[in-house]
Amino acid sequence: MNAISVKNINKSYKNHQALKDIYFEVPKGEIFGLIGPDGSGKTTLFRILTTLLLANSGEAYVDGFNVVKDYKKIRNVVGYMPGRFSLYQDLTVEENLKFFATVFNTTIEENYHLIKDIYNQIEPFKKRRAGALSGGMKQKLALSCALIHKPNVLFLDEPTTGVDPISRKEFWQMLLKLKAQGITIMVSTPYMDEAAMCDKIALMIDGKILELDTPANIVKNFNKTLVAVRSDHMHELLLDLRANPHVESSFAFGDSMHFTLKDDNTNIDEIKNYLIEKEHSNIDINIIEPGIEDRFMSLTIK
Amino acid sequence: MKVIEVENLVKKFGDFIAVDNISFEVEKGEIFGFLGANGAGKTTAMRMLCGLSKPTSGHGKVAGFDIKSESEKVKANIGYMSQKFSLYHDLKVWENIKLFAGIYGMKKDEIAKQTDELLERLNFESERNTLVSELPLGWKQKLAFSVSIFHNPKIVFLDEPTGGVDPVTRRQFWEMIYEAAYNGITVFVTTHYMDEAEYCNRVSIMVDGRIEALDSPLNLREQYKAKNMDDVFHQIARSAKRSDN
Amino acid sequence: MKQFRSFLQKELYHIFRDVRTIMILLVMPVIQMILFGYAISTEVKNAKIAVYDPSKDIATRRIIEQMDNSKSFDVVEYIVNPNEIEKLFLEGKVKMVMVFGENFNENLLHGNKTQLQLITDATDANFATSISNYASGIIANYQMELMQQNKIPITIQPEIRLLYNPQMKGAYNFVPGVLGLILMLICAMMTSMAIVREKELGTMEVLLVSPMKPLLIIIAKAVPYFLLSCINLATVLFLSYFVLNVPIAGSLFWLIVVSMLFIFLSLSLGLLVSTLVDTQIAAMLISGMVFMMPVMLLSGMMFPIENMPVFLQIISHIIPARWYISAVKDLMIKGLGFSAVVEEISVMLLMIGVILSISLIKFKVRLD
Repeated sequence: MNAISVKNINKSYKNHQALKDIYFEVPKGEIFGLIGPDGSGKTTLFRILTTLLLANSGEAYVDGFNVVKDYKKIRNVVGYMPGRFSLYQDLTVEENLKFFATVFNTTIEENYHLIKDIYNQIEPFKKRRAGALSGGMKQKLALSCALIHKPNVLFLDEPTTGVDPISRKEFWQMLLKLKAQGITIMVSTPYMDEAAMCDKIALMIDGKILELDTPANIVKNFNKTLVAVRSDHMHELLLDLRANPHVESSFAFGDSMHFTLKDDNTNIDEIKNYLIEKEHSNIDINIIEPGIEDRFMSLTIK
Repeated sequence: MKVIEVENLVKKFGDFIAVDNISFEVEKGEIFGFLGANGAGKTTAMRMLCGLSKPTSGHGKVAGFDIKSESEKVKANIGYMSQKFSLYHDLKVWENIKLFAGIYGMKKDEIAKQTDELLERLNFESERNTLVSELPLGWKQKLAFSVSIFHNPKIVFLDEPTGGVDPVTRRQFWEMIYEAAYNGITVFVTTHYMDEAEYCNRVSIMVDGRIEALDSPLNLREQYKAKNMDDVFHQIARSAKRSDN
Repeated sequence: MKQFRSFLQKELYHIFRDVRTIMILLVMPVIQMILFGYAISTEVKNAKIAVYDPSKDIATRRIIEQMDNSKSFDVVEYIVNPNEIEKLFLEGKVKMVMVFGENFNENLLHGNKTQLQLITDATDANFATSISNYASGIIANYQMELMQQNKIPITIQPEIRLLYNPQMKGAYNFVPGVLGLILMLICAMMTSMAIVREKELGTMEVLLVSPMKPLLIIIAKAVPYFLLSCINLATVLFLSYFVLNVPIAGSLFWLIVVSMLFIFLSLSLGLLVSTLVDTQIAAMLISGMVFMMPVMLLSGMMFPIENMPVFLQIISHIIPARWYISAVKDLMIKGLGFSAVVEEISVMLLMIGVILSISLIKFKVRLD
């Protein structure tokens, strides 16, 4: 039995279809990532799975329970961290934790081992009001509150958005530890580097899943040659690349441009010479391994 | 020509030293990345540069004006865009443009002409009368950026401008930044996306109120023997004592 | 200057594109004007009075005729037995009773002391003053008339007796009103805001996805305000009795029972509002505009209901506070017992039933 099972879920709002035929399974103990921009339907999907919204059609099961008929049972066994920080700003760290423990008919002591690593980092601030914590700390507290009752499945909707990179890395270390304890985790994120830490990811845009696979396979599915190039004049570089007949699509990627060729057999030296002619200096051009983001982009710009 | 000149800038809140003696310069047309963990002092420093907050001590000049004594002139000569707010959702596209252009003192016919040009360039003419609330996020961001440089400021400050946007839009956004820099507008940007730091000509990393590193991404990667800026950032920011509490 | 203009324009756009703001800015004043204009009239119109006339002579008949003919008064009963007077007041059937002495006309013409009493219900001190003044005016007119006819100086000096509020204290009228207002404010407005706050903050989502029964969430929200209301009830009663010297003439027990009922009623209203809106501001506005304003204007707290146009009097029947305030006045100031407030209690119970049912049905277990 899979921890999460979603079959042909559709959801529409007044003038807009938020989810189109969503279909996937998540085995127990896996970290499943939803990757996509705002408006792709991630939050809607979370809300359907946590029984907060009803889908227009399709079925879904969490921990074996039907999200419509058995919603009360699901609400006993899942942990949920919605998009915004869902803490009581005027209660202290300690008070928040105690409150959520009680709401879930348990005590902090009972499952302390589960949150120990996370809580250790915020314990020095336990008497501070949640509203006065930093973004990274709030997020750790919210995670603790979502875990305190030892859920079987954890739903985290964009838990790392807006948080600095260091805290983000720490957060993901915690998630990996939780996975080791057997908790299934479904998490959404706009950060591609976090996607790589999931067991499986689904690339979502406009309510549809474009591709669902392991990070490694997704990268493998990018079956075109990817070339990275940089020069001293990046803006002109982009324009020149786009003007080149051999180039299929090109995008800025940090300190270099990534582009694909219409014909994978084209020799990149040709491109290099073209650029030299265009008076670029310090040209650095190589074929590189694609990343998840390259794959995502190739899927969206069909 | 230097668009930003900062010397020994300090900002204290009571006993707490938010910005601890920073000095740096930014050239015209540079894309300058201003990084740091939350609480490192980034936002405080940026507010001083935008003329929104007076330094406790030290000097600073932005767009040629002193940030302490000529803060109003500073504000009139810069552009600003942040993730939290950029455009009024219940105003139409052209109304937003007109409003902000008016605030920066542009003349009516200038505004009209440039609005037409901008909408055509962005391929946005059909959305002229659309309420901003009805635009997809990616379009909002691109429009917001265009509005922030509409009055042709010498420098534009971007505070985490690309949150939550899909990768394609993010890149298109950065292409717009490249173009602006190419046209002589200096771009001062803060971001949590470390890959975006790679777009910048130079990057500074603030830790505990001080600038711990300032160089091109390439040089920083060599110096710290790192694969990418994420790695560089981790090595430097790891040692931070303050994590914005 | 240009900046200013464009900013001004933007502000106007904001205002006119937000329906709610427009409602308040443009529609509210109109409603208030209409209400104030029509509902509130300090003129005395068709005030119900009763007459006890043992003399039944030309003078008394003339005076009674003039009173009845005037726009201000309506003689609804001719009392046979003076014992009935008290009952009429207690049942709220009349606002004033004119009591003539025996041999009125004779005494009048022979310069003896005339016996004419105007007994008024002074619970509403302002109104009582107005009534007495109008009545005195009519009597003075008759006096004039007589003098011209008979060419002798004649004086009719009515004795004015004020029932229930001999010192004409305004407090008698506004204490029940204040009670109603405060309890409504705390229970309806604050409770609804407390529930909506969870929705607004996003914590409601987390609470829903938990074993906690939604019903418990609501009860937990209501209890603190219930307790606060009880404290306030005690405070107001204490202050009014000891500081303002407003007596608690009737049964304290029933006063408390009736207040508890009203508290439950207001809590239910708060719950209903919370199922209708998603932001605290909306909850506040609805509670303010839809509850408090009508309470202040139409509940009889500031202006007597009898003075309002009929259709507003009908509307006042659906305002919960009207029933509570009326019950409190009967209990506290007129010193009546349970039997006098049976009607009010029944109405409030009915309202609680209806409102609670609607709220519970509407309360969403999901976010949809």
